[in-house]
Amino acid sequence: MKTSYREAIRQAMREALAADARVFLMGEDVGRYGGTYACSKGLLDEFGPERIRDTPLSELGFVGAGIGAALGGMRPIVEVMTVNFSLLALDPIVNTAAALRHMSGGQFPVPLVVRMATGAGRQLAAQHSHSLENWYAHVPGIRVLAPATVSDARGMLAPALADPDPVVIFEHAQLYNQEGELPEDWRCDICRAAVRREGGDISLITYGGSLPKTLEAAEWLAAEGIAAEVVDLRVLRPLDTATIAATVGRTHRAVIVDEGWRSGSLAAEVMARILENCFFDLDAPVARVCSEEVPIPYAKHLEEAALPQVPKIVAAARGVLGK
Amino acid sequence: MIEFKLPSLGADMDEGKLLEWKVAPGDAVKKGQVVAIVDTSKAAVDVEIWSEGTVVELLVAPGETIPVGTVLATLLEAGETPKTAATRTAPTPAPPRPGPVTRAGGEAVTSGRRRISPAARKHAEELGVDIASLTGTGPEGAVTLADVEQAAAAGAAKTVAAPDRSAEMRRAIAAAMSRSKREIPHYYLSEPIPMRRALDWLARANAARPVTERLLPAVLLLKAVALATREVAEMNGLYRDGIFEPAAAAHIGVAISLRQGGLSAPAIHDVGEKSLEQLMRDLTDLVRRTRAGSLRSSEMSDPTLTVTNLGEQGVAAVYGVIYPPQVALVGFGRIGEQPWAENGALTVMPVVTASLAADHRVSDGHRGALFLAAIRELLQRPEDL
Repeated sequence: MKTSYREAIRQAMREALAADARVFLMGEDVGRYGGTYACSKGLLDEFGPERIRDTPLSELGFVGAGIGAALGGMRPIVEVMTVNFSLLALDPIVNTAAALRHMSGGQFPVPLVVRMATGAGRQLAAQHSHSLENWYAHVPGIRVLAPATVSDARGMLAPALADPDPVVIFEHAQLYNQEGELPEDWRCDICRAAVRREGGDISLITYGGSLPKTLEAAEWLAAEGIAAEVVDLRVLRPLDTATIAATVGRTHRAVIVDEGWRSGSLAAEVMARILENCFFDLDAPVARVCSEEVPIPYAKHLEEAALPQVPKIVAAARGVLGK
Repeated sequence: MIEFKLPSLGADMDEGKLLEWKVAPGDAVKKGQVVAIVDTSKAAVDVEIWSEGTVVELLVAPGETIPVGTVLATLLEAGETPKTAATRTAPTPAPPRPGPVTRAGGEAVTSGRRRISPAARKHAEELGVDIASLTGTGPEGAVTLADVEQAAAAGAAKTVAAPDRSAEMRRAIAAAMSRSKREIPHYYLSEPIPMRRALDWLARANAARPVTERLLPAVLLLKAVALATREVAEMNGLYRDGIFEPAAAAHIGVAISLRQGGLSAPAIHDVGEKSLEQLMRDLTDLVRRTRAGSLRSSEMSDPTLTVTNLGEQGVAAVYGVIYPPQVALVGFGRIGEQPWAENGALTVMPVVTASLAADHRVSDGHRGALFLAAIRELLQRPEDL
C-alpha cells in the first residue's frame, strides 16, 4: 500500500492511542491545528482533548510535564516543533529523563517518547532548520531514532513506547511528503541499522533526511559502474557498530552523509568507529559529506549550497574511489 | 642544496631498506648526527650525515628499499634559502612521489610516507606481494587492494620470502668474499710472536684494576696493529678503481661473530690514537652493539684494515680473506705456551701466531714481513702501547 511518511506517523500514533489508554499526545498545535506538519490531523476529534493536548509555547514546561506523566505511569508522546526549539527542553531531557532511572537504581524509569522535526530544505532559516541529532545521540540514557522510510515511520513508535527509557524520534522535515510503499509487515526493531541497497564498491552511510539523497547518489554511481551500498543508521544511539563494520569490511571504502555540521558530528563518530574496527580493511581514507559550517541560510540557493546534495555525495564517492 | 645519499655501509651492500627517519623537514642537522636507520642484510644501522644544514625534504619513505647512492633527503646549507638553492641547483628529476594532498577539509597534508591503503598493505602481506614494487592507481596515487590483487593475479610482483636474516647475511658474506678472492691477489705471511712481556705487563696492569676495567690481550694486539701501520702504510687504506688510497688514521675493523651466525667487522676509529683503557671500552661497546644490531653507519663503512682474532676458539693461526676494498687482514690465533729456543736455551714461552693476508697489488711480501715484524716488536714493549 502506498502512503506518505506523514500518514505513517499519524497511523502509528492512532494505533498507539487506541491500543493503550496510558498513551496521550501533547505539544504545540497538535490538537486544533492538527500538528505543524499535520501529523495529528483528526486525532483530536477521534480521541478527545484529554488525550490530544495543545500546550503553551514552552518546551521546558511541557517536556517536563511529559516526564512527570511518564514517571506517573503514563506513556506520553511529546511533540516538539523542531529540534531548534527542543534546546529549551535539553535540561529536562538530559538532566532528568535520561538520568533518573540510573540515579534511582532502576526504580524510576521514564518511558517518554519525544518526537521532533529536524533538518533544513524548506527555507525556514537558521532557527528552524538545524540538524542537532548528534546532541541527543551524545547522551547515555536515551535512545535516539531517525526513521527515514515510510515503514520505519510506521513501525518505530510502538517499540519506542515500549522502551523503559526515554526515546527521541527525529523526523526530517523534508520527509513528511515522501511517499513510499508500506510493506504488510512494517514492524521493526529499534536496535539495528539497515542496508537499504547492496553494493560491493563503496559504503554510503547515512540517516534521516539524507537517505533519499544518498539512494539517488547510489543510482548515479551505478550508471558509472560503481556499486554503492547504502546503509541507513536508523538508530543514532546506540549506534549499530556491527552493521557499520560489516559493510566497510565488504566494500573497504566509506562515505558518511550527515546533514549535521562536520565538526563533532555523528559522521565523525561513525568515522571513528570505522577506524577503531576496520582500519586494516580500509582501502582509502574515509570521506564525509556534511552541511557547510554556517547557520543554515534562508535564501534558497544558499540553503541548497549549504546542505549535502546528490552531486556532492557522488563527487565524494568518486574521490574515495580515485575516479 | 645538499643531497644526502644512501651511503654504502660495506662492500657487500648494494641496497638498504629505510626503517626510520630520525629527522623531519625543518630540522637542523650537525655533522655526525644520526639521521636515519637503514636495514642492511647485516644489521639495522644508524646512518650519520656528514654535512651541516637544514632538512628541506625527505624523499624516501620508511619501508622503501633503495639502491646505494639514492638521494634520501635534501638539505639547505647555512645561508641558503629555498629560493637561492633552487637557482643554484640544476633541476634534477625527482623520483615520482605523491604530491601534497588536499583533504576534504581543505587542509593540505604532506606526508613522506608512501600511500598504501591499510587493506592493500595487509592483503599484500597475505599474498606475499612486494608492495614497494607496485604502482598505485587509487586516490593521490595510493596503492589499493585492486593494485595488489592485480599484481598477484599477474604474478608480476616479486614475491618476498619471509625475510631470513641469516640467509641474507650468508649471501652478503658470499658476495663480498667471492669478490675478494676474484679480484684481490692475496699473499700470506705468518710470524710467531712471544707474548711473555706483554702478558706479564698486562697481569701487573690488571692487578691494580677492578674486574670490570681489566684489559684483555686483544686490545694490546689491536693497538700494536694500528701503530705498525705507521711504519708500513701499504697495509692500511682502500684500493679503489685501480688506485690505492692510504688511510690517514687506522680505523681497525674488528671481526665479530654474531650469535645467529655470520659475522660483521665494524670499525673502532683512530685506534692508534686511543689509550688501552679507551680501546677496551670501545671494544666492549662495539661487540655489544654489533650483536644487538645497532651500529652506526661510519662504523660500517670506515674500516681501513681488519683484525680477526680466533684465539678464543683455540686455533693456532688464521689466514683470512681481505674485506674489499681494504688491502690487508691481520689474524691472531690462540696465545698458548710453546717450547721456545732463545739465547741457546730452550724455554717455555706464551706465543701467538700473527698472520697477514695482504693485497699483492698494493704491497709485496717484503713489506708484509716488515709489518708483522713491527707488530712483534711493538708487543715486546707493552708499556709503550
